[in-house]
Amino acid sequence: MNNAAFLVIAIVTLAGALAAATLPKLIHAALCLIVAFVGLAAFFFFLGAEFVGLVQLFVYVGAVAVLIVFTILLTRRDVGKPDKFNWGGIVVAVAVFGGLLWAILKTPSVAIAAAQIPPLTVKRIGEVLLTNYVWPLQCVGLLLTAALIGALVLVMEEKRR
Amino acid sequence: MTTLSILLVISAALFCIGLLAALSRRHAIFILIGIELMLAAANLNFVAFWRFGPEPQTPTGVMVAIFSIAIAAAEVAVGLALVISVYRHYRTTNVDRLNQLKG
Repeated sequence: MNNAAFLVIAIVTLAGALAAATLPKLIHAALCLIVAFVGLAAFFFFLGAEFVGLVQLFVYVGAVAVLIVFTILLTRRDVGKPDKFNWGGIVVAVAVFGGLLWAILKTPSVAIAAAQIPPLTVKRIGEVLLTNYVWPLQCVGLLLTAALIGALVLVMEEKRR
Repeated sequence: MTTLSILLVISAALFCIGLLAALSRRHAIFILIGIELMLAAANLNFVAFWRFGPEPQTPTGVMVAIFSIAIAAAEVAVGLALVISVYRHYRTTNVDRLNQLKG
């Protein structure tokens, strides 16, 4: 992929994220978040991790964004009110960004033109997932089950006494 | 600048935008959006370091990114359930007004 496409993806991702962080209306912010996540998935495709890009699209755009929109719907009496913006956060965020930028620019770049690698197929990922990473996989399964049950218990109607 | 450092700068910018959302908004869902952005920026770093690292044959960074996405999904499900639950009790999702435990 050439540099122009890279630049466009970067601008779209950062603009979407910035809009998601600063727009006053929550529903607009949620929709801009989708743009940012699609841009991020494009970065994963660009880096040759197609599977991660697809997972990113399915999980974030497909599930998380819909979940956020539904939550906005369920709490909408509160959503219309203007959200007060705390300016101290900007100072902290800019300071952290300055620190990170300083660290990145100061570090001598280690290598590297990206090595030519065989494409990372789903078959290879599946093999690695069920050999080297089988215990993390089981733990994630347990965690997802616990999160599912926990989310259900949290939103269950309370019994009226 | 190499592609790696450009990607790191983009990831740092994304992280700081998430931090901005998490710190400066008072709506609970905005805070969750900010946390999601920060996690996504970390994922971008994992994949970038995998691609430009010394051993791109073993997909370690990709695996970490996949697990991180799964954990982020669990986190956002529980977080949004908490937001709905809090909204039922207090009729608000403004975190400044959830001050019952304030000493």
